Amino acid sequence: MDLELSDDQVALRDEVRRFLAERLDSAALRRCIEMPGAVDHDLWKELGHMGVFGLTVQEAQGGVGLGLAEAAIVFEELGRAAVPGPLVASFLAASCVEGAARGEVIVGAVEEAQPAVVENIDGLDLLLVLRPDGVRKTEPPHGRRLARPLDPLTPVHHVAELPMGEQLGGAEVSARLHQEAGLLIAALQVGLGQAAVSLATEYAKQRAQFGRPIGGFQAVKHMLADAHVWVDVARAAVHAAAVALDEGEGADAIETCGVSSARMVASRAAARATSTCVQVHGGMGYTWEVDAHLYLKRVAVLDVAFGTNGAALEQRAASLVSR
Amino acid sequence: MRLRPTSEDVTFRDELRQWLASVLPELTPGPAPDDWPAQRTYDTAWQRRLYDAGYAGISWPAEYGGRGASPSQELIFLEETERAGAPYVGCNFVGTLHAGPTIAAEGTPEQQEAHLRPILRGDHVWCQGFSEPEAGSDLASLRTRAVRDGDHYVVSGQKIWTSHAHVADFCELLVRTDPDAPKHRGISWLIMPMDSPGVDVRPLKTLTGVSEFSEMFLDEVRIPVANRVGPQNDGWRVAMVTFGFERGTAFVSELLRSMVLVEDLAQLAGARDGGSAWADQSIRHDLAIVAAELDALWAYTKRNVSRAAHQGSAGYGGSIFKLAYHETRQLLGEVAMRVLGRDALALRDASGGSDFDHVEERLYSLSLSIAAGTAQVQRNIIGERVLGLPKER
Repeated sequence: MDLELSDDQVALRDEVRRFLAERLDSAALRRCIEMPGAVDHDLWKELGHMGVFGLTVQEAQGGVGLGLAEAAIVFEELGRAAVPGPLVASFLAASCVEGAARGEVIVGAVEEAQPAVVENIDGLDLLLVLRPDGVRKTEPPHGRRLARPLDPLTPVHHVAELPMGEQLGGAEVSARLHQEAGLLIAALQVGLGQAAVSLATEYAKQRAQFGRPIGGFQAVKHMLADAHVWVDVARAAVHAAAVALDEGEGADAIETCGVSSARMVASRAAARATSTCVQVHGGMGYTWEVDAHLYLKRVAVLDVAFGTNGAALEQRAASLVSR
Repeated sequence: MRLRPTSEDVTFRDELRQWLASVLPELTPGPAPDDWPAQRTYDTAWQRRLYDAGYAGISWPAEYGGRGASPSQELIFLEETERAGAPYVGCNFVGTLHAGPTIAAEGTPEQQEAHLRPILRGDHVWCQGFSEPEAGSDLASLRTRAVRDGDHYVVSGQKIWTSHAHVADFCELLVRTDPDAPKHRGISWLIMPMDSPGVDVRPLKTLTGVSEFSEMFLDEVRIPVANRVGPQNDGWRVAMVTFGFERGTAFVSELLRSMVLVEDLAQLAGARDGGSAWADQSIRHDLAIVAAELDALWAYTKRNVSRAAHQGSAGYGGSIFKLAYHETRQLLGEVAMRVLGRDALALRDASGGSDFDHVEERLYSLSLSIAAGTAQVQRNIIGERVLGLPKER
């Protein structure tokens, strides 16, 4: 048992973090708002080249051959940089859609619902449709673009009817993809929560009122401490869930932290951290200019991606009485 | 990262399980929680069994009679003993987890010889004399005075929240040896025999209605200078030394018990009153949140233990764990009251026909944000030492 990152994992994390810090500062992030579907195609290829989407695809098939533990580490960094676009769908598609792993074919995803609200349509080459009994792929459908999306970096369309498309896999594949998606969403939310804590902490050190930095006041300090606490706990939950999936039956533990638990805890931690970030910034936190709202809104978008938190709650509740 | 155990850890767990399976059936049920003399007898007898079997002081160095095992084996020990329903550390807590490790790190060879093995064998029970009525979160402002008189200190003052004081043999006592020095620099750490003349212990009743701890009045108690651990006026540093051993395992037994509590509450919610509580989405979801947070805290415990194995200590991981854990446990307590309804109106016998004292647990959860450093003190620690925010003053 060892839930600390290995040297290789630290190196991977730092490489992705460094790349994103240079490639996607706040100005670059905001430029994505103007791109079709808010997807930066060049960035997608760069991420593909780094192996972000094909991390768990076997090397013989052109992937990196690592595990979900590494994927969770990388997706936390993607969340931390608030990278817009269908990151999770592209990761899921890497093993079954030609060109997805390299970031050359941009794949979105939606759960079947009629009518559906579909993200990033104008930036997609392909759409995965996940249903309980299977996974299909279709051309990106047409629909009505909705004005004023919650997250300016996640444009959405209203689609009356999803095309039938082509079957990619059955119920088992769908269940596995759901599991992986839940894990990666939790990892993204940990990253967003961490970004919010870091941004708010730096602000609290600089911003002075009553003649001293506001971070010295316990009212502010304690909010930030609580935000940090739960992001750190959620990170461990995500790592444990990822490792448990990687190790399968062989995992230690009479109890491992499941994906549904990791997802709930990460969601709550990220919601707390991002709203704390808005509050600590005071009036500036309520402006478009400060990135706090981008983090907060992305967390909300992820809350309803690939099943909702409500579903995760019911899943964990059911497991309490099933033993 | 991996969850798979090493082969040594598998062997350790298997042997421990076999040993527990062989000894636990012989144990009588524990005494009533407020019968302290009986608790002492019970807890120390278990400690002696652990010692004889080589399971006392799992993380203590072998030279002091411990097992010198890794943090992961300490975790396995706590996990297996809890799951098997073995007795808790009970009144051996201060000796085995606080005073003992402090003497091992800072004591003289004579002090180590006199105290370490007796603690591990269950021969000596310890209590902690740190807090005072006027020195709670601001512990360093403590006022209990020790005046040097030849080869003795003469100690007068008052201590409070002293668990197990009425059954303890020794007390780890913080006293002020230099009233003129800055508050952190005039404190010394003393070993006080509890049978010294001038020690008066008066039990305090907690809000649960039982006596868990005491206040202790010290009236010109003579303590040999040879009982000082560490240099005179260096007691604050000595008191902080034990925090350096933080492996993130302080709440393992409790955490595992909490998981059982939440499962029991879910069963109760489904069984009582035609399952009306379980049909209530807000109760169901709050139970799920508690369960998920406990899962996450179990993962965090493993993270802390892993960090301790790599770096020798879990750093501030213990403070972070405690801040999250008290929130989760207090939410659990609130949900328990909603599940139990009018069955929550008595601490015993009621609880809806459960084997667990859910109401008592709910009241106990209130102490988790107060004892061993209030939540507010912990938040200052995280804010200042982890996030790097400035101090308030």
